[in-house]
Amino acid sequence: MSGAATYPRRWRRPPQIVRDRRWRIALQIAILVYLVLAIGSVEVNWARVHDGLERGQRFAMGFLQPDFTSRWRDISQGLVESLTMTLTSTVVGVAISVPIGIGAARNLAPRGIYYLCRGIIAVSRALQEIIIAIFFVAMFGFGPLAGFLTLSFATIGFISKLLADDIEEIDEAQAEAIRAIGASWWQLVNYAVQPQVMPRLIGLSLYRLDINFRESAVIGIVGAGGIGATLNTAIDRYEYDSAGAVLLIIIVIVMVAEYGSSYLRTFLQ
Amino acid sequence: MNGITHYSQVWSFRSGRARLMLWGGWLALVALFAWCWQVMTRDTIWFFVADAPRQAADIGNRMVPPRWSYMAELWAPLWDTINIATLGTIGGVIMAVPVAFLAARNTTPSAHVLRPAALFIIVTSRSINSLIWALLLVAIIGPGLLAGIVAIALRSIGFVGKLLYEAIEESDARQIEAVTATGASGAQVVSYGIVPQIMPAFWGIAVFRWDINIRESTILGLVGAGGIGLKLQASLNVLAWSQVSVILLLILATVVLSEWVSARMRHAII
Repeated sequence: MSGAATYPRRWRRPPQIVRDRRWRIALQIAILVYLVLAIGSVEVNWARVHDGLERGQRFAMGFLQPDFTSRWRDISQGLVESLTMTLTSTVVGVAISVPIGIGAARNLAPRGIYYLCRGIIAVSRALQEIIIAIFFVAMFGFGPLAGFLTLSFATIGFISKLLADDIEEIDEAQAEAIRAIGASWWQLVNYAVQPQVMPRLIGLSLYRLDINFRESAVIGIVGAGGIGATLNTAIDRYEYDSAGAVLLIIIVIVMVAEYGSSYLRTFLQ
Repeated sequence: MNGITHYSQVWSFRSGRARLMLWGGWLALVALFAWCWQVMTRDTIWFFVADAPRQAADIGNRMVPPRWSYMAELWAPLWDTINIATLGTIGGVIMAVPVAFLAARNTTPSAHVLRPAALFIIVTSRSINSLIWALLLVAIIGPGLLAGIVAIALRSIGFVGKLLYEAIEESDARQIEAVTATGASGAQVVSYGIVPQIMPAFWGIAVFRWDINIRESTILGLVGAGGIGLKLQASLNVLAWSQVSVILLLILATVVLSEWVSARMRHAII
């Protein structure tokens, strides 16, 4: 009787993530303290921001009325560099990734080679493209060759890792069947592994082509050639209409690449 | 009895036509590669390229031993870097949530006007790298942490928005229908029917983006947007390679640590 009276009449939604009430309050206080500290340490020069708003407006106008013509020579040269860099680095990167990816698959490679290849992948993935670009520019001089090397290096880590993970997840029954007829290691890779991972490898290569183009727009900022260098120059000269044109070109190419590669992937699979 | 003698006695992987097309495809790729290579290296100065191993050895020699005493100057920029990533992620997520609800097919109020607009915001944000956002914002609102935070936030909208609207579209329609059947208003349907379903995905995406943002905010200083990248730029400008190696090691440690934290948090959530 009395138990029913104290039973809550209204339903309250139970918490989903942190279920203990004390932990929840402690977490909320910790987040609040962090936010106060963090926002307190951000110094903002509001006068400068206010000045900048007018410039931001001009940039928005430049974006709406892009100027493709007056700097077309620079833009087209940057674009050609970016596109050629993207293609060559993807081809070379994928070509190097395939043996490394096979070496980093535990079910195909002996232990020593496995650790070596996983080490190469870890090094390639740990460093940012832009930092690698700084080093390659320092070594090979300014220009698209440094960018090509940077993107190839970054491609190796990406493709090898995903390829190796994919090879480790293949259907063992097919490999077993090929092994049972007395196939050598090469024949095993060619007839049991390759048909299973090929569609995914092609998909990954197309995806990486897309990523490499986006990255090629960035590494130009540190001198590795491509459209990023053109963009950097345009912004440094406060030519917002040319910068807007470059950004629009980048957005359009990325969109085309994204839709094109997703279409190609469904077509190939 | 004699019908099958014309079959080839040797089994081959592909038919002749498929093999021909495959070879043609490879040939086209090689030709395209060769042409691109020629265009790309037209202006390359091969003297510098030949000189590269010597340059590499030189830089390597200057980088070791790292100047550990420089570490004392790096803690404040590191704190700034983490703040850029965290505040930027929070800002990006706050802006991404309404965009995601507008972009999802099952929650968008107008499929012909607002949905394409939301998708355009997502694509624009995703196709421009955070470094380019930072470059623009430094020119507009001046160098400093604020430019970095806004750059990270703008870049995060696309990533978080895309993954979140996919999660909303994949939510279970029966639960939403059950909530609707009780006579709930539109806001109540979202709050009781959709939000509980996407909550784990939401936190997972936010933490994952935070991890990426830590990585990206370490280099934003290269264009003047604050954080540890400023110190990197300063050291590179004076060719102080022994300081550069300290900074790179610190960045590497931060990235590895943030990856570990985000992996643990995602594991706890999902």
